[in-house]
Amino acid sequence: MQTLHKVSLEARHISLAYGATPVLRDVTLKIEPGEFFALLGPSGSGKSTLLRLIAGFNQHQSGELLVDGRDITGVAPHARNIGMVFQNYALWPHMTVWDNVAFGLVERREPREQIGRKVGEVLELVGLAQYAQRRPGQLSGGQQQRVALARTVVIEPKLLLLDEPLSNLDKQLRVQMREELKNLQRKLGLTTIFVTHDQEEAMTTADRMAVLDKGVLQQVGSAAGLYDFPVNRFVAGFVGTTNLLEGLVTAVNAETVRFHAQGVGELTLPSPPHPPRAGSAALAFRPHQVDIRVRDELAEPSRVWVEGVVESAEFLGEFSRYRVRVGEAALVSDQPHYAGLSMFPPGAQVRLGIEPTQVRFLAD
Amino acid sequence: MSTSSASGAAAAALPAARPRTSRELGLWLAYGLIAVFLIAFLIVPIGLVIYTAFVDEAGGLTLGHFGNFFEQTIFRESFVNSLIVSLASVAVATVIAVPLAYLTVRFEFRGALLIQTLGVLPLIMPPFVGAVAMQLIFGRSGSVNLLLNEHFGFTIPIMDGLVGVTFVESIHYFPFILLNLVAAMRNIDGAMEESALNLGARGWRLFRRVIFPLAMPGYLAGATLVFVKVFDDLGTPLVMGVTNMLAPQAYLRITSVGLDDPQGYVISVIMIAFSILALWLAALVMKGKDYTTLQKGGSALQKRRLSGWESLLAYGWIGVVLLITLAPHIGILLMSVAKVWSFSVLPDAYTLEHYATVFTDSPQMIENTLLYCGLAAGLDIVIGTAIAYIILRTRLPGRQMLDYLASAALAIPGLVLAIGYLRLFRGVNLPFSDTPMVNTWVLIMLAYAVRRLPYALRSCMAALQQVHVSLEEVAQSLGAGRLSTIRRVVVPLMAGGMLAGFVTSFITAAVELSATILLTSAQSQAPMSYGIYLYMQSISGRGPGAALGVLAVVVVAIGTYLSHRFVERTRATVASSQP
Repeated sequence: MQTLHKVSLEARHISLAYGATPVLRDVTLKIEPGEFFALLGPSGSGKSTLLRLIAGFNQHQSGELLVDGRDITGVAPHARNIGMVFQNYALWPHMTVWDNVAFGLVERREPREQIGRKVGEVLELVGLAQYAQRRPGQLSGGQQQRVALARTVVIEPKLLLLDEPLSNLDKQLRVQMREELKNLQRKLGLTTIFVTHDQEEAMTTADRMAVLDKGVLQQVGSAAGLYDFPVNRFVAGFVGTTNLLEGLVTAVNAETVRFHAQGVGELTLPSPPHPPRAGSAALAFRPHQVDIRVRDELAEPSRVWVEGVVESAEFLGEFSRYRVRVGEAALVSDQPHYAGLSMFPPGAQVRLGIEPTQVRFLAD
Repeated sequence: MSTSSASGAAAAALPAARPRTSRELGLWLAYGLIAVFLIAFLIVPIGLVIYTAFVDEAGGLTLGHFGNFFEQTIFRESFVNSLIVSLASVAVATVIAVPLAYLTVRFEFRGALLIQTLGVLPLIMPPFVGAVAMQLIFGRSGSVNLLLNEHFGFTIPIMDGLVGVTFVESIHYFPFILLNLVAAMRNIDGAMEESALNLGARGWRLFRRVIFPLAMPGYLAGATLVFVKVFDDLGTPLVMGVTNMLAPQAYLRITSVGLDDPQGYVISVIMIAFSILALWLAALVMKGKDYTTLQKGGSALQKRRLSGWESLLAYGWIGVVLLITLAPHIGILLMSVAKVWSFSVLPDAYTLEHYATVFTDSPQMIENTLLYCGLAAGLDIVIGTAIAYIILRTRLPGRQMLDYLASAALAIPGLVLAIGYLRLFRGVNLPFSDTPMVNTWVLIMLAYAVRRLPYALRSCMAALQQVHVSLEEVAQSLGAGRLSTIRRVVVPLMAGGMLAGFVTSFITAAVELSATILLTSAQSQAPMSYGIYLYMQSISGRGPGAALGVLAVVVVAIGTYLSHRFVERTRATVASSQP
């Protein structure tokens, strides 16, 4: 296939409501040419609605949607040339694989031999050349997924939209298809947007991602950016596992921040580059930044220590996950595992050491 | 539970395992009774009809009767006519139904309710009653043509001959295509259409390349039904005075030449063969094409609003179809209250005396209909429930056989079944009496029961399928035996579906003419449908005939409504009882 002109997508202040229920609220977002971009969010967050809006199946009530700088608001779906792969693939059961893939080209009235060549090429690309005459029902889930992809990319769309592309596959196949998707996207250089509720899927596949909740865009960034510097409680909790301590910032100076954690007590932390303002806030830190020790062991001074009681312990192979009650709060601590290391039993009196440089202040 | 009579010690002990065969004795008994019933009243009579068509007077096998059949011009002509009328009816019904189905599924508009009504209206009027009424509206000297002649000086001979039969049949049967097509289109996953839009298809191409092919199985099911029904219909051509078709020919041969005339049997065999052929062809085309693509959590085709001129077109078409569909209803109503109505657009004077006549002359007919149809429908429900239970809840070997046997009745025209009964039970007396069976109403009732069994069976199967097995397993784990479980859990949960099946059987039997007309041996045994037909034979009887027809339509309409309600209610209760 020839290399395509890479296209950008920009959403400006897009809002959409079904009756009185707002689904998207003032979403502004720019996706760069050739990017592999994920829309991540729980169900009902509006991520699928946003995708369908780009495809033209939903209409936003205010805002602008620009493809390559041109507003496509109001352009009918069939005229947009934006390819979409549906969650359940939506392969037509009354057509063969070949006819399914050729569909869009036939609609474009392309010459017969050109259609033949392109369909052959794309089926070759997804490794399904020998299945051309099968019916979709005779293919496995992964193969159907590839047919759906082939059917969409063969029309050389400006953008490729994928709606929960891997959710209908079992776990092993999902990992394999993830790789294939990535390779295909690189090969074609197509600006690709995919929707998922699975943060792992988004983090491993996408160049950048946007996290949505309740129709509001929460944060846009790379996987590491979102993981390391979440801007609010939702992103911190949705991207990876996190510990949240609610409370009040009581005093801030150049070196330290004093934080009163609800039901836990006073904590003194080093000031981050952008110190928080006094007032209610939350502390967020990842479980693997929390060290777990017996009470009487010598405490490493660089960490912030709190005392607690082990409530439960899970052995997960690479690490063990402890749930520890600290005052009225519960914290999670992940400890790397190696052979011979014995686990803390539930009920054990322990101390938790939080790595202070990895703690984030989340304002309200 | 029976612990009250047992002593404490005995109750504590586990019951000894009974041998498998004795536990299933009751099941086998039910199986056997049903099989005997179906063989005696369906397989043997039909077998006899087929046998008679292939046997000469000396008892040897022959194809001679078929040779004779195709040598006679009238039979060849009838054969071709029946085929043409059936195919043309399918075509006309398709033209009426497809736009209506598309409108219902595609657009958000109030007309959808009208279309739903349209889907039931024709079905509640027996086609032969409709035919008489439509003569008055669309006939040579009917209201429409009188008006046309008066104002424009021309007439449309739409009710004459084969064209007339096609017109009446397609107006009566198009709902079969409409209902099946709507059901099929509702099951199409919206993503199927959206992906086509996404790839650049729309409008007519979208419909032709994606939507219609996906709905094809539903369309074919409806079209096949229309073909078979029209091919087998006796009442309509008979009432319209068209005799050069197969069913009227068979009827005329049997009633005028006699039961021994082989041509009636040859026609019967041809009719069965074409019914089976049509059903088989449809099954063949549909094989492996279960396109129900709507998945759990998926959404159906997106509906949109009609634009101005689109609404105009839509309502226009609905209006035309509604007017034509309502015409027989209006016609029959007018006729039932008309004192004199000929060569005029509307009746000249009105009266209620036809209804009085019906109630004084023929209360017997109404009673007969209630008796025969009630018994037949009751029998259907008992047999239907038993078959459904045996098929869905037991592992009896050969249980599918019962389904095939019962469903075979679908391919058997009423006329043919009646011929088979007359032939088989000729000279057989009712048990313990000297009355010949053919002189009693028992055969009419049995014919109704056998012919309606497939419908009742579908109802019962659907009802039982909705009852989750775990509900029965709970009863059994709490100590209820099989019979007790059926009585206390299964039947109450199925009740709505069974009732719906009963009503459907009842109302369709109440307006059945083709078997009735042959099997009614005395006026005192005649049910309403036969009464309507008899009345309609004379000009003076038309008023009372129409009055009786109106009564029949009212009964069927109420029944249809009730059956719909029962089905909805069961669905609601069963749904609420499950997670």
